Amino acid sequence: MEKAARQPWIKPLVFLAALSPLLWLASRAVRGTLGPDPVAEVLNRLGLYAICLLFCSLACTPLQILLGWTWPLRVRRMLGLFAFFYGCLHLSTYVFVDQGLDLRGIGKDIAKRRFVTVGFAAWCALLPLAVTSTQGWVKRLGFRRWKALHRLAYLAAALACVHFIWRFKTALLQPVLFTAVLAVLLGTRLAARVRRPPRSMGVVSESR
Amino acid sequence: MRIRPSDITPRSVYLRRRDFLALGAAGAGALLLPRRSSAAETPHGRKLEGVKAGQPSTDEKKTPFNEVTQYNNFYEFGTDKDDPARHAGKLQTRPWTVKVEGECAKPRTFDIDELLKLPVEERVYRLRCVEAWSMVIPWDGFPLAALLEKVQPTSRAKFVAFESSVQKENMPGVGAFGAIPFPYLEGLRIDEATHPLTLLAVGIYGEELPKQDGAPIRLVVPWKYGFKSAKSIVKIRLQETQPATTWAQYAGGTEYGFYANVNPEVDHPRWSQAKERRIGEVFRKPTLKFNGYGDQVAKLYEGMDLRKFF
Repeated sequence: MEKAARQPWIKPLVFLAALSPLLWLASRAVRGTLGPDPVAEVLNRLGLYAICLLFCSLACTPLQILLGWTWPLRVRRMLGLFAFFYGCLHLSTYVFVDQGLDLRGIGKDIAKRRFVTVGFAAWCALLPLAVTSTQGWVKRLGFRRWKALHRLAYLAAALACVHFIWRFKTALLQPVLFTAVLAVLLGTRLAARVRRPPRSMGVVSESR
Repeated sequence: MRIRPSDITPRSVYLRRRDFLALGAAGAGALLLPRRSSAAETPHGRKLEGVKAGQPSTDEKKTPFNEVTQYNNFYEFGTDKDDPARHAGKLQTRPWTVKVEGECAKPRTFDIDELLKLPVEERVYRLRCVEAWSMVIPWDGFPLAALLEKVQPTSRAKFVAFESSVQKENMPGVGAFGAIPFPYLEGLRIDEATHPLTLLAVGIYGEELPKQDGAPIRLVVPWKYGFKSAKSIVKIRLQETQPATTWAQYAGGTEYGFYANVNPEVDHPRWSQAKERRIGEVFRKPTLKFNGYGDQVAKLYEGMDLRKFF
């Protein structure tokens, strides 16, 4: 709490940093520099930003475990919400622009195409986390249950990685790297759990 | 060892150590920002002389030169659409020969400058990529049949195999980390290869083929998905058996079949082929069977189950 007072700029800074890719994308759209297939470019970029922010939010606790940093815990909720925000923009671009609201085509895609199926599943996994991201919901569910629910973030990240890998014709470096990073993030948490029992609520919960 | 007062980190700086770490993290995040896409004009090449208007040609709106030259799949130079435009400049296109061999009476190696003397005509074709985007491109070239005639295929020539150039030192996508094995291999049945629509292109928009589009000579088969139209060809082989091709056999094995005729009714393993996005337009339009060239090529496949031979 003392640090929160000393670093009041962390939240606004992270907010701006998380918003900047969208501003950059918007500026490219305005300047007409999105390339020959702007729809695909916007769709792919929004998806990439969603995965990046989801990973940032998942890195907060491992950073605290490994390096003792506590400031990332204060922005974890914001990062998670931004991940969902970019995920919604990604999904909306697909539904409204890429598919032109062709509901039959979209339904077929989700049912038949495994890379679309897992992508949609990843968004579905994030939805309840965004809804229950408030302090009110932590109280309503009780911290233990709330925390268990929010482990879905790891499922969402794993699904997002699979979505990313299956999208390509060939194995590409970027999605494989993301998967490796996810393994490190999850591994750090598991290793910490093995070494000592789960902490009490006060330490892990987000200080406001 | 003596520590001078100036060596000691000032307390004010020490207290802000976490801020520097935060700054570092922000810097690392900045690396994830997209690199600037090149909106610059593609430099123009040498004009081709004596190009005559050819038929058939579509009168649909042509995809602008910049888009045709800055949005390419040419995995020898990388897997991103802008990689070929960025890296293909290093491709050496002279000296260049095309070896034609196999089941033919007069196998020969042609110099590219000899091939450029053949009568060249412009054909405006639709190009449909297997990735569900499309363009309209004014190609300059001659029918592949005109070249095959010169080597006199024998009756055993049932298929034609194409091999693209590999210049390891000039192609950043080739090597241990390459996305697919090289050389890139393609193939056609002999009746497809000698069909009047099938071109060997040496140019677009009346100028010599830009390197990112497969200089100095490439195949164009407008009723098939774009990957069938091999770029930067160095070898053409006439043979009795169906050739193994890159996407059907070597790159993952199940990506797409040998025939790869544009067909809205047969889905790609990961997406529908029912619609396509014309580059320059926002919403998708329906994909036509045989890319709209059915009245000319459908008879080649009479009696074939195109769901099986996709």
